[in-house]
Amino acid sequence: MKLTGAEIILECLLREGVDIMFGYPGGAILPTYDAMTKYPQLRHVLVRHEQGAAHMADGYARATGKVGVVIATSGPGATNLVTGIATAMMDSSPVVCITGQVPSAVIGSDAFQETDVTGVTLPVTKHNYLVYDVEELAYTIREAFHIARTGRPGPVLVDIPKDVQNAVTEFVYPEEPIELPGYHPPQRATDEDIAAALALIEKAERPLILAGHGVIMSGAGREVLQFAEMTQTPFALTLLGKGGLPETHPLSLGMMGMHGTGYANLAIQNADLLLAFGMRFDDRVTGNLKTYAPNARKIHIDIDVSEIHKNVRVDVPIVGDLKTVLGQLMPHLKPLEHKAWLGQIRDWMEDADERDIVNRDVGERLFAAHVIHDMWRATGGDSVVVTDVGQHQMWEAQYYPHQRPHTLLTSGGLGTMGFGLPAAIGAALGLGQPNVWAIVGDGGFQMTLQELGTAMQERAPVNIAIMNNGFLGMVRQWQEFFYEERYNATPMHNPDFVKLAEAYGIPARRVTRREDVIPAIEWANSITDGPTLIDFVVEKHDLVYPMVPTGADLDKMIRRPLPSENAI
Amino acid sequence: MKRTLVALVENKPGVLNRVASLFRRRNFNIDSLTVGRTENPAISRMTIVVDADSEKIRTQLHKLVNVIQVQDVTEIPDVSRDLALIKVRVNSQTRGEVVQLCDIFRAHIVDATTDAVIVEVTGDEDKITSMTELLRPIGILEMVRTGVVTMTRGEHVLSPNGYKMRPGGNGYRTNVL
Repeated sequence: MKLTGAEIILECLLREGVDIMFGYPGGAILPTYDAMTKYPQLRHVLVRHEQGAAHMADGYARATGKVGVVIATSGPGATNLVTGIATAMMDSSPVVCITGQVPSAVIGSDAFQETDVTGVTLPVTKHNYLVYDVEELAYTIREAFHIARTGRPGPVLVDIPKDVQNAVTEFVYPEEPIELPGYHPPQRATDEDIAAALALIEKAERPLILAGHGVIMSGAGREVLQFAEMTQTPFALTLLGKGGLPETHPLSLGMMGMHGTGYANLAIQNADLLLAFGMRFDDRVTGNLKTYAPNARKIHIDIDVSEIHKNVRVDVPIVGDLKTVLGQLMPHLKPLEHKAWLGQIRDWMEDADERDIVNRDVGERLFAAHVIHDMWRATGGDSVVVTDVGQHQMWEAQYYPHQRPHTLLTSGGLGTMGFGLPAAIGAALGLGQPNVWAIVGDGGFQMTLQELGTAMQERAPVNIAIMNNGFLGMVRQWQEFFYEERYNATPMHNPDFVKLAEAYGIPARRVTRREDVIPAIEWANSITDGPTLIDFVVEKHDLVYPMVPTGADLDKMIRRPLPSENAI
Repeated sequence: MKRTLVALVENKPGVLNRVASLFRRRNFNIDSLTVGRTENPAISRMTIVVDADSEKIRTQLHKLVNVIQVQDVTEIPDVSRDLALIKVRVNSQTRGEVVQLCDIFRAHIVDATTDAVIVEVTGDEDKITSMTELLRPIGILEMVRTGVVTMTRGEHVLSPNGYKMRPGGNGYRTNVL
């Protein structure tokens, strides 16, 4: 069968199980857009800006566990993807980007809309390709999907010159196994590793599991929970680990780190054994490395060898797939008890309850934390929540306990404002179910709000909840704590978000009082055939507590003042 | 302390760029990097001398899809060679001095004119540094060094053969540059 390069691209996407692509056409990718007319089974979602396409594919991948696909043209089309690609890279999200390139004969001549896209994206992709020969195209796309989804997943970009898309060749799908001499993701631990880990586990009196994104990526939630219950080991989650383990479980300490729970951070600093499962000791999680978990031996299981000893020196490093490694470890485990340790942690928890804003009467004022907590109650804690970046993101992490994997999608590593709305659209279209909520701040929402048009056109069932405080709240919080309240460049004059949504034909409401929160959420949930928007006008001056200042010791948290101290 | 790493890489376009980009973005200090073909036309070999934590560099390099194998050979007995071409200004008085130095260092004069000679000297880094220090007062006009290449002694072998690779799948160019 003779096919053009463009048709080969789409044939390959079909064989990878792709059902939806997020993209934006342009000169150098037009042959592929034209070929799409022959492949109606591949749904194409027209975005309003290529960054939106990259975030949508990322959101799709995080929600479904499948590879997200992006299509864009050369030059500005491709460079607009960069923020989205870097976001996917930092959070190990499997995305394949296909970009058009100027014809191979003019590459290097500064042709119209030419950019060295493989050069630009080299540091922010897991791998990338520039395909010069149509005979290589099918195999390259297969390899790209293989690399994106295996090992530690990540974004892969394939740059395809226009003449390669137009070239015609006999299409034979390469069925042979992928042979990459330098790419063999590790799977199993050695027997020595297992024995060394067991020795530490059996001796520990104050053990703690640190569960990261790897728990979800590896599908190891059940194994980790079994481990925790059998050895009576409490667990704390990273931001991206949320959903990997049920947060309402009695052994759960919630999130750790800069805005983690006080008791999770105290447990880390007082533990004598840390079991780091699929996490990478990010600086937002460790605080001051010199004083981090000073009394703890450390077992680190991760699929990425370069994460071992990168930030924290560990005693037993195990490179492998978490689910596989725990499968090797579990048969040797004996039931253990840590009553004194769990008792100590419960004391810390009671102190935190007293300070918690959700346990306070705040009168007429509407707090974002209350909105998010009410959303958790109104949705039975079972929504897929996609956040943007900032204070609302941390409040989500604190006040919306997740039970299932792939139910919190958030930009953790890169902290990309503008991620929320497009990622939620990608998740909603991928899942095809109406319980996807985008919780966004008024700042981040305005970075990518043009994707309201995409949500409208595609009837994406996304409920958008704006935590509108008229400020770049997290930056304002840092200015309050560390820059003597000089609020430079953080107040925002916002448009009327309800009118804005209505201009797009999106049903919208404004909520200013606590008693209207749950009815509004129920109203939004009742609309299942397209997007909705709720503008929650929340308290301007609330702060995310607790907070570990950058570089401070993990247990030196700024705590929310007690009620008796007469402050919020 | 300086560490020496040897890496086998796929002979594909842009691989040197990937390696160099990694060193820059991870803030690794690199002393020298040499790259050249092996007896397997699909695989090139790099010798990298660094002044940094070589374990981090090794694991990061290993993560690059086109890097097949990386070894830190610092602790293994090896033969290391650097080659320098040094153009020295000479006159009738100093020419003899240069010839004598070449004898001592087992260097060769590979080009000679009335005013200048080119000295080719091979050896480990220290030897070349000593040679240049002795030639400097005579008058070095220009100099070029290849950077260090390393091979471990005896039975310790880093062979580029025996890897499963897709035949002929190297695109239109087979060159790490």
